[in-house]
Amino acid sequence: MHIIREDGSLDPGLDPGLSIDRVVSLYKAMTRTRVIDDRLQRLQRQGRIAFHVGSLGEEAAIIGSAAALRDQDWIVPCYREVGALLWRGYPLQRYVDHMFGNADDPIVGRQMPDHTFSREHRYLSVSAPIGTQLPHAVGLAWAAKKRGLDECVGVFFGDGATSSNDFHAAMNFAAVYQTPTLFLCRNNGYAISLPTDRQTASRTLAEKAAAYRMPALRVDGNDVLAVWRAVREALQRACDGGGPTFIELITYRLGGHSTSDDPRIYRSKEEVESWRRADPLVRLRKHLEQRDVWDDDLDTDWRAACKAEFKECVRRAEEKPAPDLREMFTDVYKDQPLHLAEQESRCLAGPRAAEEDHD
Amino acid sequence: MPEMNLVQAINSGLRGAMRENDDVLVMGEDVGRLGGVFRVTQGLQEEFGADRVIDTPLSESGIIGTAIGMALHGMRPVSEIQFADFIYPGFDQLVSEAAKYRYRTAGEYQVPLVVRTPYGGGIRGGQYHSQSPEALFIHTAGLKVVCPSNPYDAKGLLIEAIRDDDPVIFFEPKRVYRAVKMEVPEETYGVPLSEAKIVRAGEQVTCVAWGAMLYEAFSAAEEAAKQGIDTEVIDLRTLWPLDVETIVSSVKKTGRLVVVHEAPQTCGFGGELVALVTERAFLHLEAPPRRVTGWDTPFPQTHEHEYLPLAHRIIPALIETARY
Repeated sequence: MHIIREDGSLDPGLDPGLSIDRVVSLYKAMTRTRVIDDRLQRLQRQGRIAFHVGSLGEEAAIIGSAAALRDQDWIVPCYREVGALLWRGYPLQRYVDHMFGNADDPIVGRQMPDHTFSREHRYLSVSAPIGTQLPHAVGLAWAAKKRGLDECVGVFFGDGATSSNDFHAAMNFAAVYQTPTLFLCRNNGYAISLPTDRQTASRTLAEKAAAYRMPALRVDGNDVLAVWRAVREALQRACDGGGPTFIELITYRLGGHSTSDDPRIYRSKEEVESWRRADPLVRLRKHLEQRDVWDDDLDTDWRAACKAEFKECVRRAEEKPAPDLREMFTDVYKDQPLHLAEQESRCLAGPRAAEEDHD
Repeated sequence: MPEMNLVQAINSGLRGAMRENDDVLVMGEDVGRLGGVFRVTQGLQEEFGADRVIDTPLSESGIIGTAIGMALHGMRPVSEIQFADFIYPGFDQLVSEAAKYRYRTAGEYQVPLVVRTPYGGGIRGGQYHSQSPEALFIHTAGLKVVCPSNPYDAKGLLIEAIRDDDPVIFFEPKRVYRAVKMEVPEETYGVPLSEAKIVRAGEQVTCVAWGAMLYEAFSAAEEAAKQGIDTEVIDLRTLWPLDVETIVSSVKKTGRLVVVHEAPQTCGFGGELVALVTERAFLHLEAPPRRVTGWDTPFPQTHEHEYLPLAHRIIPALIETARY
């Protein structure tokens, strides 16, 4: 499904009819995510943060999906979807504090950067093993259904995850029990270095859903309105008791897998250039300009505002101390057992790796 | 008070926990209509319906993974893995997800999940119906590991595990599922986690065991007594977090330790128990601590009674340790 044409006009038969303010807010969120991505990439290159996994080129797939979900719906992230969390109003400062692993990091320095979560925003927690979040999304939706709650669950994952054990377990359980789960598959062309056509012999990822008798859609993942429309349709079906839907969001990872990757080794410049021409931001901007609600000045101002906001967050984050060392020993269990209390005391009384005083 | 075997007591515990709290549900392969391959969940689907006693597709990672999702929503699922030998497809979900969710969200999310699974040999089950993989889970920070030996404890510990806010792996000694009977109250009650129990007081040697091997340790102690060796037998009941105090104070009294478990010796829980006791009671030890365990082979079929650390192997260990 495509809605935004290359010239910026909309397919009138498919236009979901979002208000122009809403479309502008989508563009602004996508641009903000990209600016943040770019700044984090630089911070990592400067050695100020350890790691970043970005969403360059995939902003429409991520923000479009998040925007189509309702506040009461859950988002189960893979690891590239912080844009969805920010869309829900997660404070940027909290995210940047997490990226620095400082005392205000919500996970108090226990995870690599880009492993976010927020119960307040109904956003589960990022973990690195591939596909393990998929059964959680099914269980979460199943629980909501059992408890008679009007809640659906959107779960993100990549093309690579469709090869994982848990993908099959999750798809099967979701279809058997008709849970209100939306499988949001960002097919961005690569699982680190492996192209999608080597990941599977299936012609499309969407056709995998047929084996589970689950409805599936293939959508231009760089077209934010098409993403919105597809997710909203699936959401409506789930809410009406129609069960899960698989949505293949066809997009492209313009950057590396993460800051640790060098994609030049496994793909050509020409290939990347051809996808740059399909940049979701460029297409949406064309549409906004056609409707006379956006121009160069507004764009420059907005990007500058995003940069300034981010810079200020970084300034504050860098001033904050490291988390208390004692935090390493809490939350393993609800109540700290004896062996951890003992190990905590030994650690605190023992020699320090770093010279800083952690008290 | 009715007499129950382990199967009946666990069934009664599940029933009580489900009556007590609508958020408790049971899921697994064949647990509903059939009542489980060991009939532990017999009659539960009749009472609570197919929505709360769920026959699942054959996928351990699905059974555990979707249960984690339900637990994240606030429900209290009790997943059954038909045999502990088949838990490995769900191992990633337990180790990477259930065990770490609280830690990696600083307590914002928790996974109040119980995974029940029959374990252990002596039922002519061969390699894939006999394993004792408890050490793998004890080694994983964030999991609790429980292994009852008798019907009363099994019911009370299970109810406590379901009430607990952390993920609990609940190993059931299938060798004695129907072999032991005792009085068990009809009503729900808890047996606290992380409390070991001295089941036979003694002065000369401490013998630590759990699950099905508790009975072997006990009969070995009775036999050793005939030869003048007075053994204190401790039933761990909860393997982790451990009640180390009960073991250490016993060893401080006896000066001697023998640990018994079915799992292979190398990196088994016995090694950890010996290390913990040695660190804390070194100057009280009168003999080298001893392990009587399964051999470091896959679990055999024909010679399973030579593999298991049954009383005939425990008796000489108790006597030699006591006379060292």
